[in-house]
Amino acid sequence: MKVTLKVWRQKNGDTAGHFATYEVDHVTGDMSFFEMLDLLNDRLVLQGEEPVAFDHDCREGICGTCGVVINGRAHGPLRGITTCQLHMRSFHDGETLVVEPWRAAAFPIIKDLIVDRRAFDRIMSSGGYVSVNTGGTPDANAIPIAKQQADEAMDAAACIGCGACVATCKNSSAMLFVGAKVSQLALLPQGQVERKQRALNMIATMDAEGFGSCTNTGACEVECPKEISLVHIARLNREYMKASFC
Amino acid sequence: MTLDSRIPSGPLAEKWTNHKFNLKLVNPANKRKYTIIVVGTGLAGASAAASLAELGYNVEAFSYHESPRRAHSIAAQGGINAAKNYPNDGDSVFRLFYDTIKGGDYRSREANVYRLAEVSNNIIDQCVAQGVPFAREYGGLLANRSFGGAQVSRTFYARGQTGQQLLLGAYSALVRQMETGKVNFHSRTEMLDLILVGGHAKGIVTRHLVTGKIDTHVADAVILATGGYGNAFFLSTNAMASNATAAWRAHKKGAYFANPCFTQIHPTCIPVASGHQSKLTLMSESLRNDGRVWVPKKAGDDRAANDIPEEERDYYLERIYPSFGNLVPRDVASRRAKEMCDSGHGVGATKLAVYLDFKDVIQRNGRQWVEDKYGNLFDMYKQITGEDPYTVPMRIYPAVHYTMGGLWVDYNLMSNVPGLYVLGEANFSDHGANRLGASALMQGLADGYFVVPYTIGDYLARHLNEHVSPEDQAVLDARKDVEALIDNLMGINGKRTVDDIHKELGQILWEYVGMARNAEGLNKALEKIPELRKEFWSNIRIPGRPDELNPELEKAGRLADFVELGELMALDALHREESCGGHFREEHQTEENEAKRNDEEFAYVAAWENKGINEEPVLHKEKLEFENVELTSRSYK
Repeated sequence: MKVTLKVWRQKNGDTAGHFATYEVDHVTGDMSFFEMLDLLNDRLVLQGEEPVAFDHDCREGICGTCGVVINGRAHGPLRGITTCQLHMRSFHDGETLVVEPWRAAAFPIIKDLIVDRRAFDRIMSSGGYVSVNTGGTPDANAIPIAKQQADEAMDAAACIGCGACVATCKNSSAMLFVGAKVSQLALLPQGQVERKQRALNMIATMDAEGFGSCTNTGACEVECPKEISLVHIARLNREYMKASFC
Repeated sequence: MTLDSRIPSGPLAEKWTNHKFNLKLVNPANKRKYTIIVVGTGLAGASAAASLAELGYNVEAFSYHESPRRAHSIAAQGGINAAKNYPNDGDSVFRLFYDTIKGGDYRSREANVYRLAEVSNNIIDQCVAQGVPFAREYGGLLANRSFGGAQVSRTFYARGQTGQQLLLGAYSALVRQMETGKVNFHSRTEMLDLILVGGHAKGIVTRHLVTGKIDTHVADAVILATGGYGNAFFLSTNAMASNATAAWRAHKKGAYFANPCFTQIHPTCIPVASGHQSKLTLMSESLRNDGRVWVPKKAGDDRAANDIPEEERDYYLERIYPSFGNLVPRDVASRRAKEMCDSGHGVGATKLAVYLDFKDVIQRNGRQWVEDKYGNLFDMYKQITGEDPYTVPMRIYPAVHYTMGGLWVDYNLMSNVPGLYVLGEANFSDHGANRLGASALMQGLADGYFVVPYTIGDYLARHLNEHVSPEDQAVLDARKDVEALIDNLMGINGKRTVDDIHKELGQILWEYVGMARNAEGLNKALEKIPELRKEFWSNIRIPGRPDELNPELEKAGRLADFVELGELMALDALHREESCGGHFREEHQTEENEAKRNDEEFAYVAAWENKGINEEPVLHKEKLEFENVELTSRSYK
């Protein structure tokens, strides 16, 4: 099959970008979206042009490195998968794909489809952890944790930090990302000691980094490749309220 | 140079305890006088960097990724082993040690492996304390499952994404230290060379992947935790950026590379679909707890899987290995899968696949039970193949997955280059010729949390206030060498893409240095690879500039090293005239087609010394002494 790509090209963060159009032929349904981009890039390199730069690594949906907006949808048209898991059988012959990077003030563009998401690491640095040094910890079974609670913590912990939630949110809010980590640790006994400070600090950093506020639109939950639930934003709000007023 | 493994004397169970007492300590107030470089921030690197910073050292951590959470450790699926014996089924530190050393086909050091088993329990405690959400039973205690090569249930897991949760635990410890300032994290910064001053590892040369800027960094010791070299085969379960560059450049500066031919081919991966395939996807070994491997009894049977009745199915692993069944170790399972396909029993469009069937467990326990245990893995399979493993069996085939070989290290995890430590998959030490499932996570965290924080102190204490100046001639020279290398790569202007040549290297290695090797094939590889190397240096094309983000330049640098490493892999495989673990020489097999070891002549670690391009590498042998286990033929019947 053949597809037409309209891809965002931008030399670096200081230069204006533009859409470039490419026709890509000899695409098969079994190819992944990135393997299709690889095909385009092979051609560009041999023509002496610069390939389209995009972040990617594991190509199996777990590292969170990849992420582009395809025809207005973060990670493409299917639910519950990352861009690297999208296969060309999801598109038809002759289709046009508009491919853009994540757009958010807090994610400055580096080149083409690559953006800087270190704001996420800075949010984590401000509280997404349990302050425990290596060694001297109690036996792993010392504190029983109800299976349901452990499972719910795991649901929240499954966040891969890709930023699709931010990209799709009309406010570029990072509440789902922050909510996922705050939820995970609020649900576990190990997170109790620092529970209040964690919510306050992470929200403060989130605000300082320039992410928007949450108006409960819910687009994030729809686009999240790990299907993280809005319940975790609700829990984050509750943690924040309790920490602020109790 | 003779290799000194520095294995402590005394009974096995006391070696590590005694050693810790005998290691020199660095006074708490002195720790802040040292700077340690950590390259690679996956499980081993992040746990080491965080632990060292907590102790008071200054840490400069480097990753070519933007964030430590992107390391490929994140993709590990099935679980982490520990000798807790919570299930009360007969596990112990000694049994975990025994299973691991036997699983490695008796080509690893008893002392190192015992220590691994010893600290395994501490690792689980640490992870739980960090808030890692391991699976639990209804009473609230941790759950376990079984893994290949073991007859006890000793694997702790978090659904099918254990690596992710463990890495996020180590990452959380690391970012906490980044916040305190004890760790300075260099994002999108790739190590391109090691700096030696007076023969000691005193720094690294890096390239920033966005600006292209070359920098030098000096420190009191250097730790490499840079992962394995499976991507030499181009197609592997590794991530796209995974490479051997940091380790290989250290090797060219004098660090011996041990057992490079010990590569692991994992039996259950999704088969190749097309020539455009960019990587292979792992289907966790944990699936073999409940899935049953089979092929049609009749060769060339073209019927759809669900149309083949039970009597016409060959559950060959259960047939050949009654006591371990589907949970035989990876090397054994991979070779049998290849054998089935070579003899015409393969399935799927390419006939290079066997079935992994969940029909029985779905019937027995219900679909929900299977979804709870393996949900994400089934989804992943469906995404990639378009087939639903709840209704048709999975098609799987072996794929390159892990590398047991790596830089040689002693009992302190220090290479033969003083001051250079190597952790995790980047080193050779604990898995021998074959790694058991759920033990890579164990080793990475053991090295980072519980070994190097102790052992590095011994070296540092002997070298207080021996800081190197950034203006030292050795530092300036190292920078010039890297700049020259980049100029050379950019100046080639040939007609082939880097990936094109990489694929060719991958095909040579898969064909001749893959699952089944022989002298003729290995010699062919040793002819073709140097030719390919020449082709690389005369015919690759890298567009763009070096002083900006340039993915083709990055790939070229890594391939330059893979091409040299590939040659060493073939040479190592040729010299090792025996079959053991993942290294199978067709000339050395039993009547039942199992690996035939030659303990008399080959019970040693092959540590190769690089003598420069076009020079034969020199082999140093570290003889392995086994005092606590009997070297039996590995039988899983």
